[in-house]
Amino acid sequence: MRHAEQIMALALVAFSLFLMWKSSELPIGWVSGKGPGGGAFPFWLSLGMLVASGVIFWRARRRVTPQSRDENSFMGYSTFRLFVVSAGAIFVMFLGTHFVGAYVMIPLFLAFYMRFLGGHSWVVIAPIALLAPIVTFFFFEIGMKVFLPKGVTEPLFYPLYSMFF
Amino acid sequence: MDGFAVAFEPLNLAMMMLGCLMGLFIGAIPGLGSVNGVAILLPITFFVPPTSAVIFLAAIYYGAMYGGAISSIMLGIPGASTAVATTFDGRPMAIKGLADRALIAAAIASFVGGTISVIYFTLFAPPLANFALRFGSTEEFALMVLAFATFIGLGGDDIPKTIFMILFGLVLSSVGLDIISGHPRLIFFDLPGFYKGISFIVLAIGIYGIGEMLWTLEQAQGKVEIAKHTFGIKRGVETLKMLWRRSKLNMFLSSTLGYFVGILPAAGATPGSLMAYGMARSMAKNPEEYGRGNVNGVVAPEAANNAASTGSLLPMLTLGIPGSPTTAILLGGMIIWGLEPGPLLFSQHPEFVWGLIASLYAANLFTVILNLSLIPVFIWILRTPFTILAPIIFVLCFVGGFAPASSMHDVWLILIFGVVGYLMRKLDYPMAPLVLAIVLGPLAEKSFRQTMIAEHGDMTIFLTRPISLICLIAALGLIIYPLYLVRQRRKAKLNMEAPKS
Amino acid sequence: MKFAKTIFLGTFLTLALILTSLGNIAKADWQPQRPIEFVIMAGQGGGADRLARFIQSIIETHDLSPQPVIPINKGGGSGAEALRYLKDSAGNPHIVMATLNSYYTTPLRNPGLGVNIEEFTPIARLAEDTFILWVNSETDIMSVDDYVTAVKAAGSEDWIMGGTGTGQEDSLVTGMLQTAYGFEVTYVPYSGGGTVAKNLIGNHVNSTVNNPSEQMGFYEAGQSRPLAALTPERIPAFPDVPTFAELGHPELVYFMQRSVVAPGGIEADVQAFYRDLFEKVYASDEWKEYCSSKALQCAWLVGDELQSYFTSERDKHEEMLRAAGEIE
Repeated sequence: MRHAEQIMALALVAFSLFLMWKSSELPIGWVSGKGPGGGAFPFWLSLGMLVASGVIFWRARRRVTPQSRDENSFMGYSTFRLFVVSAGAIFVMFLGTHFVGAYVMIPLFLAFYMRFLGGHSWVVIAPIALLAPIVTFFFFEIGMKVFLPKGVTEPLFYPLYSMFF
Repeated sequence: MDGFAVAFEPLNLAMMMLGCLMGLFIGAIPGLGSVNGVAILLPITFFVPPTSAVIFLAAIYYGAMYGGAISSIMLGIPGASTAVATTFDGRPMAIKGLADRALIAAAIASFVGGTISVIYFTLFAPPLANFALRFGSTEEFALMVLAFATFIGLGGDDIPKTIFMILFGLVLSSVGLDIISGHPRLIFFDLPGFYKGISFIVLAIGIYGIGEMLWTLEQAQGKVEIAKHTFGIKRGVETLKMLWRRSKLNMFLSSTLGYFVGILPAAGATPGSLMAYGMARSMAKNPEEYGRGNVNGVVAPEAANNAASTGSLLPMLTLGIPGSPTTAILLGGMIIWGLEPGPLLFSQHPEFVWGLIASLYAANLFTVILNLSLIPVFIWILRTPFTILAPIIFVLCFVGGFAPASSMHDVWLILIFGVVGYLMRKLDYPMAPLVLAIVLGPLAEKSFRQTMIAEHGDMTIFLTRPISLICLIAALGLIIYPLYLVRQRRKAKLNMEAPKS
Repeated sequence: MKFAKTIFLGTFLTLALILTSLGNIAKADWQPQRPIEFVIMAGQGGGADRLARFIQSIIETHDLSPQPVIPINKGGGSGAEALRYLKDSAGNPHIVMATLNSYYTTPLRNPGLGVNIEEFTPIARLAEDTFILWVNSETDIMSVDDYVTAVKAAGSEDWIMGGTGTGQEDSLVTGMLQTAYGFEVTYVPYSGGGTVAKNLIGNHVNSTVNNPSEQMGFYEAGQSRPLAALTPERIPAFPDVPTFAELGHPELVYFMQRSVVAPGGIEADVQAFYRDLFEKVYASDEWKEYCSSKALQCAWLVGDELQSYFTSERDKHEEMLRAAGEIE
């Protein structure tokens, strides 16, 4: 935890510097008679972020905050596994959506997650994983007119559209 | 009274009920708030008379306000920016197993907020419209300072981390286009998706829907559900009695505050709900309980945001300018229906205005009944094993995050914010200041720079305009008071520890 | 799981095959097969958004399209987001975009966007929106002469012109007025035409260049006063308001075009489908009523003429932006 606190503070210092650099693409000073320039607001606020993250780092070194006194590891094995599997599965779902579309990836994701992390039986998983895309389709596409990305499966939906519209 | 006759015509009544029900669901789904709900369902209204149409959309607006509280309390994911303040105490209550109490409190407070604001609307609409006109960018900026002042103390005791998160949120809010100079700024890696900026919805779904959910999963390891959730009529009646005893003054004041902030153009319900929360806490005998599951911390923002949503209809109807993004769409609707918003609307189309007001009232009553009767269903959902609920929420976050802008760019941002948010959450960085700053940031920057251009860089204007001065003084008070409390708490802690050493 | 998925996909595919074969029998000209995305170059609630949703309402109520037309706001970066989206969707027949004048100015101001509007497919121009110079009716400014005197007396520091953003239409018009009459004003940008109008009535700004539709409510209530129109001829809805041309400044003419374009690389029959669709919108009574009540000029233009109109307007805007010092 102690190391994580310091690493995070350093990462935020670096990120603040990046934001300052990026903001300075527009004028950051006081334009005479017009008030602050377009880059001023993000620039000076990022400077504030830099100072704040510097103070956070300093306090972490000095062991002022409870996190910086905590010698336990930041993530135990089981937490780490949970984090990596969850975030990883979401990542794969998003990535796959670009190619085969949301309606293939959503049931796959649900089934994987419930089986791998939850250990539920297929009797529980199958109805949820199969109903989810159907409910999503009717609620979002037919009801709310929000069309999810479908990738290569797009032509499969044409007949459905001509049926419902 | 004629308004009620309009509101209770069968078609209008049916439209109102349908609207409330749909609004409730739309509001409860992370990502879909009243803005998207109203925008998406606008086409349905092309086929009915204007009064029924606006009743339908206003019912969605109202229903979504209630719905937002449901996901805030149950899942800790605010469905809309107006419901962020509800998570502060609503979520801790749910974790303690008091979800039913929080839900009842939210429903009742919303009802009271809605009722009081409809009364204000009926009695004082024209003079208040003039007040809204006097509100220029100078006053707007002062109001934003006041809203920011309520942040102090929201973030717990680690002040550098709170300040960092506020600033971070403000910088994120400036991504996109600088409207004053018309130049794009902070377009990271030249990705075109950044031109539209980073919306509250994307950040909130990432932070709460993914980040907070991961954190909850971590806490819940091995356990099937987070806390025991029960519900019964007896508990419900007890809660009502408790609300009457402890929250009646709070409800009244929060509704009044919310309504007045709501009528100010451009402010809307988010600052209203925040200020009400800040006010309730600073007036409480036990402010340290806030943020840990105090029922008044749910009551204040919920009463205020419903009152404000009625309030923001006033500038829309009388000035033709929207008090919130949702009313902007309603305004578009009015033009489609062939009505001209503006000072003459009240005299030229009274049946429209008063029909709308009366149906708001009816919608309010209907939603509170609907909401209370659905509480057992919500509790049942909370009892679902977490390893089933979590992936469904992740999928909802995906679809809900995609919906507002139809953009995969936003979906990826949600994952990034979720992962970073989770890691920061573990290190006790407060999240609420971050997501609120992204809502208020653009308003604050814009109004400040507009004033500076108009006044040629003369800052004293903020002190010479009366409304602005009052807001700034109130802000100063709000900043000093919590700092004083933190000091007091530190002293108390030191005194406790002293004898031991 | 594999088993369940195979069944799911299998059913789906069979269903799809049957239905497509049924659909193909009746197919003649190009028809949309999925809902049409109607991209709006501005955010929710603005003037362009309202107009697009109004067009959608005409299409829906008259059942003009076999598939629904869905408005999607991509207003980021003054329409940069929408333009880039259209460019990246080249060849997609299910997208059209409602344009305004940022169609010219945004690519000029952001060369990095890589958008050339000549690559897009023109569909139709539906209207041209007009501009009028407005003051608050509490002032005793009755004419453009009074106005010029008042501005010069106040000096550039103390005369505030409200608008919707540097590089936007009203800022260009403000620049034109300054050149024509030789005065200077302080230009303050607000977030939308409606907010600008409200700030005029609340006396937070001294004058504005609004579209008539944005001031209509206040005008009818007698709270704002039109001084002169930036049109070649008087606007029918404002018969008593002179044009700048009558007052000796024929160069002070400026319109906001309201058109529809599609991505580049679409088939001719797709273009024809959309042209027919919007022609029906244009011919509807609702559209005519909208034009006259909001003081827009209905101005139909299609095909190559529209494309050359776009390029000549873009060149004009390039001049104006250069004169304003916005681009090099």
